[in-house]
Amino acid sequence: MARVKFLCDADRCIECNACVTACKNEHEVPWGINRRRVVTINDGKPGERSVSMACMHCTDAPCAAVCPVSCFYTTADAVVLHSKDLCIGCGYCFYACPFGAPQYPKVGNFGSRGKMDKCTYCAGGPEDDFSTAEFEKYGRNRLAEGKLPLCAEMCSTKSLLAGDGDIIASIYKERVMKRGYGSGAWGWKTAYRETVAV
Amino acid sequence: MNAWVKSLLAALAITVASALLPAVAQNNNFFPTKEAVQEEKLLNALKPGERISGRISIPDEKAANLIQPEGREWRLFHQEKLPVIAGVALLGMLLALTIFYLVRGRIRIDHGFSGKTITRFASLDRFTHWLTAGCFMVLALSGLNVSIGRMVILPLFGPETFAMLTGYGKLAHNYLAFPFMVGVVLMFVLWIRDNIPNALDLEWIKQGGGLFSKGKHPPAKRFNAGQKVVFWLVMGGGVVMSASGWFLLFPYMAENGVTSMQFWTTIHAVLAVIFIAAMLAHAYIGSVGMEGAFDAMGTGEVDLNWAKEHHSLWVAEEQAKAPKVAPAE
Repeated sequence: MARVKFLCDADRCIECNACVTACKNEHEVPWGINRRRVVTINDGKPGERSVSMACMHCTDAPCAAVCPVSCFYTTADAVVLHSKDLCIGCGYCFYACPFGAPQYPKVGNFGSRGKMDKCTYCAGGPEDDFSTAEFEKYGRNRLAEGKLPLCAEMCSTKSLLAGDGDIIASIYKERVMKRGYGSGAWGWKTAYRETVAV
Repeated sequence: MNAWVKSLLAALAITVASALLPAVAQNNNFFPTKEAVQEEKLLNALKPGERISGRISIPDEKAANLIQPEGREWRLFHQEKLPVIAGVALLGMLLALTIFYLVRGRIRIDHGFSGKTITRFASLDRFTHWLTAGCFMVLALSGLNVSIGRMVILPLFGPETFAMLTGYGKLAHNYLAFPFMVGVVLMFVLWIRDNIPNALDLEWIKQGGGLFSKGKHPPAKRFNAGQKVVFWLVMGGGVVMSASGWFLLFPYMAENGVTSMQFWTTIHAVLAVIFIAAMLAHAYIGSVGMEGAFDAMGTGEVDLNWAKEHHSLWVAEEQAKAPKVAPAE
């Protein structure tokens, strides 16, 4: 099986936020939670870049390492998923995550966190594929349908790439070689301890 | 004529200027595509605790943080440092207490039970003590469970049961924090006047509190130096645990979100294990470790001989107040 990854080519991102919207709609993500977001660095200055970011499905994922109830698991495609049945909403994965991926619906008293929600790489959860329970907790399971994550699939400038890590890395490399510049494979060094050498 | 010269000069000036301008522009030339922000440069420029952030258009300012490598440090703390700190503090204290018990044994009342008692703690004192202690025990166990339970308890129960228990533990931890805080405040009000350090404490400490030698009892008022240390530990620990816990109970109350929460969890966890270790010693000497000590917080009535041995000056004060000691019954 392939090791799937995300790669955002920030030199192509036009900050249209379609990936954010598509994700929210596809998975019927609860109010207040955005599994994907677009951040603009150096906004308004020459050389500003926008980066679409979500869970990077890290190698040796920090969230999984710190979870007190061990609710995370990694699929054969190296997608990092979690069980909302086990999650207790303690917030530890949020402290450890370099990308701010884990989010919690606000439920009950104080700042009580509900079950953590994050990007599933459109791969659902531990429930049976295409089951109602899976959709309600984790959203659509596009991977089981043989499709890639929607955010990347519908990206109008093909800035956001999803798929086999080696293939998307080579696509990015080719682009950088051809156009002569690239602001880097954002998050790769932090998530996968490697970057795309050009 | 004048006008003609003027317009000629103006035309010349424009020509010269336009010839010069590209040269000027070229000096400050910036290629927004080639010279855009580089992730690697930003990452390398980060100082500890800093994040790569930008502007975000969705109405959630917190999401403007793009990468926070500090999460890695927190993970290292939580996975590698904290279990060691907790292990050393808690197992170390248990070991020390076991050795102390084996060497010193149970500290007996030298003159035996007198059969007469003296009121040491009124019901409000005892209520405050057990309110705080009860909350503390649940907070300590649920806190330890969420920190290291995965290594110790999860294998025993399996993930489903363990997650359910830990979930209830989290709820208990959140809610019992408040009565605990009330208890700490009550303790402060009730016992502060007897816990001001004074010269007597130096003497008590010099004699090791009589802990290490039989039949030796340095004079003490209502609270001896050891008890004062426990009092101030509970006050200091209680305040810092409550303050740090408050930031965790109300996420995003703190100014810089995740970074401050990482900081407060670290403080909360390290102080917690020290606090628990100290309370283990306190619980030991108040129960198994010393004959007659538990009555103080149990019934509130302690044996007169115990009181005379451990709190000689306090007994004298009390007896001066009420010349007749109430008979034991």
